[in-house]
Amino acid sequence: MISFILIVLVSFFFTGIVIRTKSIASGRKGPGIFQPMKDIFRLFKKGAVYSQTTSFIFQIAPSIYFASVIMAILVIPFGQYKGIISFEGDFVFFAYVLAIGKFFSIISALDTGSSFEGMGASREALYSMLAEPAFFLLMGSLALLTGYTSFHEIFMTFHFGSYISYALGVMATFVLVMIAMIENSRMPIDDPKTHLELTMIHEVMILDNSGFDLGLILHATNLKFAMYGALIANLYFGSLPLYYSIPIFLVIQSLFAVSVGLLESFTARYRMSHNAQFIFTLSSVSLLIFFGVLMILGKLI
Amino acid sequence: MIIIYAILVVVFLSLLIIPFLRSEVKGIIPLISVIIVSILSSIPSIKALTGESTEIILSGTLVTSIIPVRIDALSAWFILTINFTFITGIIYGISYMQAYKKQKSNLSLHWISYILAHTSLIAVCSVQNSLVFIITWEIMALSAFFLVIFESYSAKTLKAGINYLIQSHVSILLLTLSFIWVFYRTGSFDFIAIKDFANSTTAFGGLVLMICLFIGFAIKAGFVPFHTWLPLAHPAAPAHISGIMSGVIIKIGIYGILRMIFLIRTDYLAIGYFILFISIISGIYGVMLAILQHNLKRLLAYHSIENIGIIGIGIGLGCIGLGIENNMLSILGFSGALLHTLNHSLFKSLLFYGAGNIYQSAHTVNIEQLGGLGKNMAQTAFLFLIASLAICGLPPFNGFVSEFIIYSGIFNGIHNATFLNLMFFIFSIFGLVLIGGLAIFCFTKAFGTIFLGSPRHLFHHQPQESSFAKRLPMFLIVILILTIGIFPTVFLKALSLPVSQLTGIKSIDYLPLETSISKTISQIGYVSLLFIGIVGVVFFIRKKFTISNQYRMSSTWGCGYIGQTSKMQYTASSFVRNYRKLAEPLFSVHKFKRDLKGVFPGKAWHETHPKDKIEEMFISHPIRQLKHFLNYFSILQSGKPQMYILYGAVFITLIIAVPQIYSLVISVFKFLNNL
Repeated sequence: MISFILIVLVSFFFTGIVIRTKSIASGRKGPGIFQPMKDIFRLFKKGAVYSQTTSFIFQIAPSIYFASVIMAILVIPFGQYKGIISFEGDFVFFAYVLAIGKFFSIISALDTGSSFEGMGASREALYSMLAEPAFFLLMGSLALLTGYTSFHEIFMTFHFGSYISYALGVMATFVLVMIAMIENSRMPIDDPKTHLELTMIHEVMILDNSGFDLGLILHATNLKFAMYGALIANLYFGSLPLYYSIPIFLVIQSLFAVSVGLLESFTARYRMSHNAQFIFTLSSVSLLIFFGVLMILGKLI
Repeated sequence: MIIIYAILVVVFLSLLIIPFLRSEVKGIIPLISVIIVSILSSIPSIKALTGESTEIILSGTLVTSIIPVRIDALSAWFILTINFTFITGIIYGISYMQAYKKQKSNLSLHWISYILAHTSLIAVCSVQNSLVFIITWEIMALSAFFLVIFESYSAKTLKAGINYLIQSHVSILLLTLSFIWVFYRTGSFDFIAIKDFANSTTAFGGLVLMICLFIGFAIKAGFVPFHTWLPLAHPAAPAHISGIMSGVIIKIGIYGILRMIFLIRTDYLAIGYFILFISIISGIYGVMLAILQHNLKRLLAYHSIENIGIIGIGIGLGCIGLGIENNMLSILGFSGALLHTLNHSLFKSLLFYGAGNIYQSAHTVNIEQLGGLGKNMAQTAFLFLIASLAICGLPPFNGFVSEFIIYSGIFNGIHNATFLNLMFFIFSIFGLVLIGGLAIFCFTKAFGTIFLGSPRHLFHHQPQESSFAKRLPMFLIVILILTIGIFPTVFLKALSLPVSQLTGIKSIDYLPLETSISKTISQIGYVSLLFIGIVGVVFFIRKKFTISNQYRMSSTWGCGYIGQTSKMQYTASSFVRNYRKLAEPLFSVHKFKRDLKGVFPGKAWHETHPKDKIEEMFISHPIRQLKHFLNYFSILQSGKPQMYILYGAVFITLIIAVPQIYSLVISVFKFLNNL
């Protein structure tokens, strides 16, 4: 329960921090950190324009996408407190329920019959597909290391002891950050601020969404960011009591948001044709983690 | 005993009646017959699943000796799956075949083959005499062949059918050889003899026998590299036949493999590695080729190979579990495999029926020509969507449950595993995840281009929603898909006996560990329900919020360009283009195109033909070589009847003369010796 509340709370200002960081880095004054949320609330009140080409899929897809993100958040634990849903192998459910949201967002893009949105859909489908093995290999290695198969138990028993485990923590954080960037279509993979439809991924998929639906999609992105932030935070606070873990959680989320902002300010997007290769290398980082775990367990030789 | 005679009487009577009926009502008799046979065979099956297996010993003939008919839990699971798919198949098929009612005799042959296929499949699952098993297997293969070549006037269909016929006979050859080997050593056709033989022979002998049988059954099941008949036969057959072929006929190969695993207690670890490796390759290779297909039914056929791969991963893990005596792993592996067998028969037949609806209303299954069908055929679109989600293994549908069981098996297995096993487990996780991701890619392409957007091709008749009789069996399947997705524990309970039969572990509920698994699985059901609930709530809130908001319709955003035509939308080929670029080194994609050139450019076009490299390597290339070699003897084929009569005469003379000359030579030698 506590993780759900905290993630929803953080989602309100996460993108705000990212935008604020970017504006400071580029020497602008920039909007306040609640501005993205205000925009979303305004969108909720607005009317909508639907394309004549679309069918019922286009109407239901944003709701399903949003619901899938909510469902995934329910699985995330908070330190020693279980998520609302917790069972053995819940991270498999986590990944698959996110996938159903993605399925619907892709087909809703195809529903518009546009030349641009299909392009975004194709890229999103390919990239998220390539990112999936990295997540599973990472969780599989952690499951092997800790001997458990649910998010809660894995994070409870995962703790830092040897040098290798520090290296594992760093690599796991890297993989999770990168997966978050891919899933949210942010900088090294996709540039949310680009103005050319041909170079977009996620933005071009939602070109035809407006009003309430667009608000849902935008807020789902915020929630997804906070959700991955919570996963990363969970790596670090093990079974600390709440009065430590909540501040640590907030600090890690803010750090995550700031680093996303910095990354977007100072790096350029990768070439679209090289994205696939880059994403697939994440799996090899996950494999490194797997071999690190084998070294800790003494099974390598 | 009565049941067997009753089934035989019903089948023979209906076979006799069918040819004499008018073609409008020809479907009725097979419908009644299939339903009666299903009910009759389901009674002992349900009994067997609750723990009371049936054994009937028929006296047989002098050649076959006694014929034991045993319906145990494993057979029962497959018989029930077969019955359900055949019932939905015939309900769908009757209205599908209305379009062909002029071909009276062809229809008779079709329905006769349908009944024979159904009965012989049930027989294959229950007969345990290897000679009779081969005979029923042959009846099944032949009737499936006649079902496939319904449109035999098209050369393409006939070619696909003959390809299937040849390959299924290679399978029969391997099975026959293995059974003869066992018979030669034990003198008995009973399946128990296989068990005794495997116990008495060396470990290596058992392994060879197992692999020989595995390949025989794998051709039927469609494991890579024995899959090449599948993508040809499925598109050629009528929709309901593709549905039952993909749904249950290829599963009979899985049944055979499981039955042999149960009988041949040999080096399970080696068998497990072998099956796991071949399955992961099948899974990934099947779905990777599926993405590139333009023909919807061919695409679905490649997906069958992928799903056979997933089932095989379950079986392989189960065998490894038996080998390293990890009960959890073997239970979860086999239950995942068996449940996925049922699941795949459901959503794959649903997808093929959907493809049939598309074919009969749009008269093409070429994805590139379709589009926007969702508006004309909303219900078919909805049913196809459910099946697509289920085949991708997404919650809250049934595919997720079986894939989740296999995942839990792997994650339970990785503790206390050796390095080699760990590598196999990581490889299978990687394979399963990649298969899942690629399946999503493939079905967003298929569903998105067929049902969404606007038509890519001018239809002479506006596509219409299909008749209720066609949608009824599809809704039946959807109900079962959702039931498995939301109440998986019921099916897991039903699986406990077949699985305990395979693993030799008494029952799932007796082990303390197992209760936690069934708890987890039941939780999957609740969580899926919760997900549906949340979707409902979000949708409700959306409705409440937007009811007062204004909305209007307009054209799709075209980046400022408003001259929208359907030609501008993304096509299936362009959707998979970036994937094709990545996968190109693995496949040979033949591309042909003509660019726009000059001041008055003609028509530009672009074609891609994905080629199956493994088929090229294992089937087409050797056959080309063989043909080349045999070409040296073409001189004999002069085309003159006189020559052929001469060959016959020479042959007869040789047949008679050779033994004579042989005995003459022998006697000459004897005479010389005596000297």
